[in-house]
Amino acid sequence: MTTLKQSRRLHSIALGSLSWLIALVIFFPIFWMVLTSFKTELDAFATPPQLFFTPTLENYLHIQERSDYFHFAWNSVVISFSATILCMLIAVPAAYSMAFYETKRTRKTLLWMLSTKMLPPVGVLMPIYLLAKGAGLLDTQLGLIIIYTLVNLPIVVWMVYTYFKDIPKDILEAARLDGATLMQEMARVLLPIAKGGLASTVLLSLILCWNEAFWSLNLTSSQAAPLTALIASYSSPEGLFWAKLSAVSTLACAPILIFGWISQKQLVRGLSFGAVK
Amino acid sequence: MATLKVRNLKKGFEDLQIIKGIDLEVRDREFVVFVGPSGCGKSTLLRLIAGLEDVSSGQIELDGRDITEVTPAKRDLAMVFQTYALYPHMSVRKNLSFALDLAGRDKQDIDRKVNEAARILELQPLLDRKPKQLSGGQRQRVAIGRAIVRNPKIFLFDEPLSNLDAALRVQMRLELSRLHKELQATMIYVTHDQVEAMTLADKVVVLNAGRVEQVGSPLELYHHPANLFVAGFLGTPKMGFLKGQVSQVFNDGCEVLLDAGTRITLPRVGPGLAEGSPVTVGIRPEHLELAQPGQCQLGVVADVSERLGSDTYCHVRTDAGEPLTLRIRGDLSSQYGQRLSLHLDAQYCHLFDADGLAVANPMRAAA
Amino acid sequence: MTASTLKADLATPRQPNRRLFRNPGWFLVSPSVILLLLWMIVPLAMTLYFSLIRYNLLYPGENAFVGLENFSFFLTDSGFLPGAWNTVLLVGSVLLISVVGGVLIAALLEASEFFGRGVVRVLLISPFFIMPTVGALVFKNLIFHPVSGILAAVWKFFGAEPVDWLANYPLLSIIIIVAWQWLPFAILILMTAMQSLDQEQKEAARLDGAGPLAIFWHLTLPHLARPVAVVVMIETIFLLSVFAEIFTTTNGGPGFASTNLAYLIYNQALVQFDVGMASAGGLIAVVIANVAAIVLVRMIGKNLTDKG
Repeated sequence: MTTLKQSRRLHSIALGSLSWLIALVIFFPIFWMVLTSFKTELDAFATPPQLFFTPTLENYLHIQERSDYFHFAWNSVVISFSATILCMLIAVPAAYSMAFYETKRTRKTLLWMLSTKMLPPVGVLMPIYLLAKGAGLLDTQLGLIIIYTLVNLPIVVWMVYTYFKDIPKDILEAARLDGATLMQEMARVLLPIAKGGLASTVLLSLILCWNEAFWSLNLTSSQAAPLTALIASYSSPEGLFWAKLSAVSTLACAPILIFGWISQKQLVRGLSFGAVK
Repeated sequence: MATLKVRNLKKGFEDLQIIKGIDLEVRDREFVVFVGPSGCGKSTLLRLIAGLEDVSSGQIELDGRDITEVTPAKRDLAMVFQTYALYPHMSVRKNLSFALDLAGRDKQDIDRKVNEAARILELQPLLDRKPKQLSGGQRQRVAIGRAIVRNPKIFLFDEPLSNLDAALRVQMRLELSRLHKELQATMIYVTHDQVEAMTLADKVVVLNAGRVEQVGSPLELYHHPANLFVAGFLGTPKMGFLKGQVSQVFNDGCEVLLDAGTRITLPRVGPGLAEGSPVTVGIRPEHLELAQPGQCQLGVVADVSERLGSDTYCHVRTDAGEPLTLRIRGDLSSQYGQRLSLHLDAQYCHLFDADGLAVANPMRAAA
Repeated sequence: MTASTLKADLATPRQPNRRLFRNPGWFLVSPSVILLLLWMIVPLAMTLYFSLIRYNLLYPGENAFVGLENFSFFLTDSGFLPGAWNTVLLVGSVLLISVVGGVLIAALLEASEFFGRGVVRVLLISPFFIMPTVGALVFKNLIFHPVSGILAAVWKFFGAEPVDWLANYPLLSIIIIVAWQWLPFAILILMTAMQSLDQEQKEAARLDGAGPLAIFWHLTLPHLARPVAVVVMIETIFLLSVFAEIFTTTNGGPGFASTNLAYLIYNQALVQFDVGMASAGGLIAVVIANVAAIVLVRMIGKNLTDKG
């Protein structure tokens, strides 16, 4: 006869084991990739795959000379951060107005913004490509920055909008009665209160820019190519390259993985367009 | 000096008129209460005065200066919000000093004013805490403190007590009254609670559906309501209403035949009164009593009784099905369904004509 | 105040800067709206134009108007039907896997406290944050490789011949890679949504005699209806445009086996340089996406702007 407490414990152990199993299976490719990054190329390609081996740091130590890693990483950093800043500068005022001065048009405008995200990039691939070429923006950081700003604008506006909506309007009215101008209201009251939400939005935008893999592959070749393109170049390589690929991949993915782990709860809001908080 | 004049103020959209033309005057140092049911427009009126909403037409004048188009920051008014609206990321001290900070006042001046407000409201031990660390009552005092620090021309209160629990509400009511006397400031206070209106106000403005129903001191409105709405709104338990018809008209009064069956002669004279005109008789619970033999009788059936220890509220129904409430000192035990006989003192009965307007008492008009 | 002065006051126009302060709305929103409008209209207009002319980057200058010829070429191209079908399969399978898997796994995690639940959560959502190109190549080489890949080792362990996934099951491989990335997305969203399920409701149901399965069926699933709708909508938007994974692994092959519409159009544009046909295809893709969008937004859009 098991007591209620005992059966709950068994229950918990069974479910826990199952959960762990599933988690480990899903996480396995990442684990394997990181592991491989510490192998020599021979070990990496060994048959059958080795779980135990002599680890080496050579893939990381030589990463710059073997793949010019920092050039691509720098591009990723510049593009992601610039696009994020630009996007926030445009989106925050819009979200402010829609959250605190809601009109009949607000809802429609928000949904329309959402619908622009549904445009498949292939649909405008040619024009954008030709426009970029004409403006001399092919293979430039600026070209990608502009595109990423536009592509992420709807999500960022939505996310900031939902955070602003959570702030009671009367706090801002109190500030106004206390004598604050619009600038003072935003700088001294609104932004400090919303800074958590804005930080999460910035993180989400960084993640989306960093991982973007359509425009970055098609509009750049060498100068402005970010990490996504570097990795894509390994799709038809020469010789043994698994360990190198793993090292480059691990480095490229690590920052975003960490960002994602830290802010997982907050990201949900932006990823679901505010529908789930 | 802080006098406010509101002239023919209107606020509305194409399909909905919220404020339908209000004229008001608030005198220096007056405590004016806007009271009325939900949706009557009292909060909107306050927000129009504060400048948080646009006026559709009409004028607002503060000390002779037209402020209808002036931005809220420059009206020299302070508001205590229903939800307190404290700045969550600032300490209590910073909350209090924010407005003066924005105005660029000198630090010593600010500190002095903050400390003074903190003293008046007993906030000194809380000055370095953040709003989320405070209880509801403490937050409310900070909200009031924020207004005091600014030394505005008029204090505006938007249902400040409605988020507090019952005991705290009573306590804060007394404190607000004391505050008014100590600060000698002009205050406009919005509430749906008629007890707050009765106890705090120098002048009560009763609003209904965007219009002013009556303006006057609390007791004046209580004893001489101008219409059915005001009569039924002020006073708890509610005034009892009995429908009837005028059966006879005299020089100094009239006789009314109540639907409930009894006849009663009231010292009321008015232009709308002719034989047969429909009227409503109003009587407050404290003016109803059990009939002594020989007195004017109204037969009723007892419903539920509420015994509070100090009083008993006995709810009854007339033979016409109209509900009445009786207030009796001490305990009264009545059986559910028991027949009782009530006495209506003509002196205390109110009379309302077919349009719901009060019919005057000639004796009072003369006095 | 006489009537005439009152009238004059009412006729005075409002100060313009006060109006601006009172509703800065339009002024603040317009940059976003204008930019997005430009972003949509200009390229789309150009695509429309290109689709109606003959335009090949290899033969510049031959830009005759050809009406709907590009469209008919695109639709009758040997790659179109497989591409369309693969798109449907890809989107459908990944949606199915991620929604069903997501709901079940999220429910599993919420069902009881166990050791290391926080860590499990972190492990489960990680694939979503991996770059698509990384995910694709890790699978292509480390997992799927028929000689040295993990699956090959597993197959051999059980005595079977290893499978050359990308060569023999290209679309399935792509589906696995894409699902691996999007299942965590669904888990993340649904897990968060489940945490907002009212505990008191659950307790009331248990007192009413409901077992865990009944609670799941009658309380949890309806509560999840809206987040699931959101997940479906967002995933559909992105899945219709899957590109990087195909680009870095199969290049659409063998033949058209793993080509979806997006890749097909890309191929015509930047590999065959046939701008005209690619534009026609692009427009068709836009139309399909819009139809899907209208359907989804109508069903779900209300939910997004409702409170609670």
